[in-house]
Amino acid sequence: MSGLSLVTVGVSFVLADPAQLLPAREQMAFTLGFHIILVPFGVAFTFLMLIANARGIRRNDETALLLARRWSQVAAVLFAVGAVSGTMLSFELGLLWPRLMGNYGAAFGIPFAIEGLFFFLEAIFVAIYVYGWRRMRPWPHFWTGVPVVLSGIGGTLSVVAANAWMNQPGGFTMRDGKIVEVRPLEVIFNDAFWYEAIHMLLAAYVVAGFVVAGVYAAGMLRGRRDRYHRLGLLIPLTVAALATPLQVFVGDIAAREVYRNEPAKFATIEALPTTGTHVPEVLGGYYANGKVHGGLKVPSGASLLSGYSPSTRIQGLDAIPAEVRPPDRLVTIVHLSFDVMVGIGSALLALSAWYALAWWRRRDLPRSRWFLRATTVSGLLAVVALEAGWVVTEVGRQPWTVVGHLLTRDAVATSGNLWLFFAATVALYAAVGATTVYVLRLLRRRWRDQGGATETDVPYGPPRASESAPAGGQA
Amino acid sequence: MSTVAAVVLFIGVTAYAVLGGADYGAGFWDLTAGGARRGRAPRHLIDHTLAPVWEANHVWLIFCLVMLWTGFPSAFAAIMTTLYIPLGLAALGIVVRGSGFAFRKVVVKTDHQRATGAAFATSSVITPFFLGTVAGGIASGRVPADGHGNPVTSWVNPTSLLGGVLAVGVCAFVAAVFLTAEGRTHADARLERWFRRRAQASAVATGAVALAGIAILHADAGRLFSGLTGRGLPLVLVSAACGLASIALLHRAAPRLLQALAVSAAGTVVVGWGVAQYPYLLGTHLRIDEAAAPDATLASLTLVAAAALLLVVPAMALLFVLHQRGRLDTA
Repeated sequence: MSGLSLVTVGVSFVLADPAQLLPAREQMAFTLGFHIILVPFGVAFTFLMLIANARGIRRNDETALLLARRWSQVAAVLFAVGAVSGTMLSFELGLLWPRLMGNYGAAFGIPFAIEGLFFFLEAIFVAIYVYGWRRMRPWPHFWTGVPVVLSGIGGTLSVVAANAWMNQPGGFTMRDGKIVEVRPLEVIFNDAFWYEAIHMLLAAYVVAGFVVAGVYAAGMLRGRRDRYHRLGLLIPLTVAALATPLQVFVGDIAAREVYRNEPAKFATIEALPTTGTHVPEVLGGYYANGKVHGGLKVPSGASLLSGYSPSTRIQGLDAIPAEVRPPDRLVTIVHLSFDVMVGIGSALLALSAWYALAWWRRRDLPRSRWFLRATTVSGLLAVVALEAGWVVTEVGRQPWTVVGHLLTRDAVATSGNLWLFFAATVALYAAVGATTVYVLRLLRRRWRDQGGATETDVPYGPPRASESAPAGGQA
Repeated sequence: MSTVAAVVLFIGVTAYAVLGGADYGAGFWDLTAGGARRGRAPRHLIDHTLAPVWEANHVWLIFCLVMLWTGFPSAFAAIMTTLYIPLGLAALGIVVRGSGFAFRKVVVKTDHQRATGAAFATSSVITPFFLGTVAGGIASGRVPADGHGNPVTSWVNPTSLLGGVLAVGVCAFVAAVFLTAEGRTHADARLERWFRRRAQASAVATGAVALAGIAILHADAGRLFSGLTGRGLPLVLVSAACGLASIALLHRAAPRLLQALAVSAAGTVVVGWGVAQYPYLLGTHLRIDEAAAPDATLASLTLVAAAALLLVVPAMALLFVLHQRGRLDTA
C-alpha cells in the first residue's frame, strides 16, 4: 500500500530529482512498512505473554502457562525477524539517505543511541525469558520478562523521538550547513515527541491485542470453544479494548497538535485548498486541481474538531510556498490514509465497547457469532490502521525529510543503481515474509495436533498434578 | 571528548568483532559440517550454543552504526557513499542469516531445515567477508573525507580482500575454539575432537593469511603497516601469542581459559587496527576530532555508553552465565 503510494509521489517529483530518489523512497517505505508490522509483537505481545504467565503462576493455571509459553515461542521468531529487519533500516539510513545522516546525524542520532541501549536489554532478556521456561523457578523467570516489556516501551519512545524530530526539528544550531551546537534534551523531547510517541506505543498494544485475539476468535468460530481458546481471546482482547479508547483520545489530541504545530501536514490531511474558517471535514474523496472531488462533507467539521468552534481558522495548502507544496496525488494519499486510520479506529472502538458492555452485564463475551467474526478481522484492520497512520506522518511530511531544513531529494544518495538494491531487498523480504507466515502456521498445526499440554510443553519442570488441563484441539 | 567517543566506538567494534564474529564463525562450521546425517551433532551443538546469545551479540553492530553516525556523522556518510556495495550486501546477508537461524529452530522436515540452515550458514560466511572488505577499505585510506570514493576499488583491493578473508578466518577460529570448549563442557569427546581439529586447521590457515597479510599491507597500505609494526606491534604480538597458546592448550586447558585466549587473539588484532590508525578516522585525511559531532552530542553518547556499562554489561553477563550453567533450555 505504502509502496504504491510512493510510486505516484515519486513520479510527480521525478523531473528535477536524482535518479536514486524514487528507488530509495520505495525501498525505505517498503522495509519500514514491513518492519512496523513486527514492532507491536516485540513491544506489546510480550506484555500479553507476561499477563498469561503471571495468571498462570498465581492461580496455578496450566492453560494460562501453556499460552504464555507458546506465545513466547511466537515472540521469539517475530523478534528475530524484527531485529534483522531493524538492522536493515539502520544500514538504509546511511546507504539511502547519507546526507540526512552526514548533516544531521549529530542531532538526529541521539535518540537512536538511547534506543540502542533498550534494544540491547530487550535482546538479552528475550533470550533469557524464551529459553528459561524449563529450568528457572517460576517467579524469577517471570521477572526476566519484565525488562523485555519495559525496554520495548523505552525503545519505541526513542525511535519515535527520532521520527518526531524530523517533523518538528529542534535542539540544534547550524552554521554554514553544519551543526555546530546540539542541545540533546531538546532534540529528544521535541515538539512532536509526546503525541507521536504515545500514539505509536498505544498502536502497538492495539495491534498486538487485536491480532492475537483474532487468531483465537477464528479458532472459536471453527468450534474450538475450550478454555484455552477462551483465555487466548480474553487476555489480548481486554488489553486491546482498554488501549483503544485511550488511543482514540490520544489520536484526537495528536491531530490538534498537528493542526497547531504542523500546519502544512494538517492542510494535507484535510485536503484543504485555501485557508479559511468554517472548514468542513471531508470524509473520503480525492484531491485534484486545487479541489476536493467527491467525499462526504460535514459542515464546519474540521474547524470544530481543531478549535471547538466553527470560526476556527485553518491554514490551507495555498499557504505553503509553491516549491515545497505537496503534489495533488500526495495530498489524496495522506488524506485517505488519515480517513482509513480514523475509520478503523472508530470501528475498533465500537468493537471494544461491545465487548465491554457484554462483560459489564454478564461477565462474559458477547454471544453473537458476529462478535467473533468482527474480532477475527479486527487484527488485520488494526494492522491496516497502523500502516495508514504511518503513511500520514511520513508521506504527510513530504517533500521534506527534516521539515524546514532538508528536502528529501537533497537527502538521498547520488551514486549507484538503487533499483538493484531495491529489487534484491523485495525478493528477500518476500521470502522472509512468506517463511515467517509458514513457520507460524506450522507452530499452530503442531500445537493443535498436540492437543493438551505435553511433557515438553509444560513449563517449570515436571507437570504438576494437572486438574485443569485444557481439552480439545488448540490453535 | 572526541577521543573518548572514538574509544567507545572502537570498544563496540571490538565487541562485535569478537562476539558477533564467533557467531558468524559458528555459521561457517555449520556450512561445512557435511550432509544432514553427518552434520547433525555439530549443528545441534552450534544451535544450542548460539540460540540464546546471537541477538544480543548482534546488537553490537547497531551500537557501532549508531555511535558512528551520531558521533562522527561526516565519516559515516563518507563510508556509506563509498562502500555502499559491500555494506548493502552485508545488510542483506544479516537479514538472511538472522531469519534463517530463527526459522531453522522451528521447522522440522529435513529439507526445510536444510534450506533455512543453508541460508543461515551461507550468509554467515558472506557477511563477515563483506564487513572485512569494508574494514580494509577504511583502514587503507580508500574512503575520501567527502565520501563518494570509487565504489569498486574501495573494496576490491588487496587490503580489503585480506580484511575479508581474515575476518572469515578469525571468526571461524574463535568459533571453533568456543565450540571445542562447549563440547568439553557437555562431556562429548567426539564433538570436542571434531571442533578441536577444525580450530587447529583454522588457526593454521588464519595464521598463514595473517603472515601473507604483512607483505600485502606493506605493499598496499603503508600507513597501516607502519602503525601495526610500530605503535600497534605489542598488540599484534599479544594476538599472535594468544592464538598460538589457545592452539597449544586446546587439549588440556579449562574451557573458560581457552575462550579467553581466543577472544584475546581476535580482540587485540582489532584494537591494534584502532591504535595503528589513531588519530585518524579515515586514512590520513580525516582526523577523529575533525569528524566529531559537537561536544554535547559526544557527551550524550558517552552517557549512553556509561549506562550501557551499568545496565547492559551485567545483563549480558547474566545471560552468558545462565547459558554456561545450562539454565537455558534450547531444545
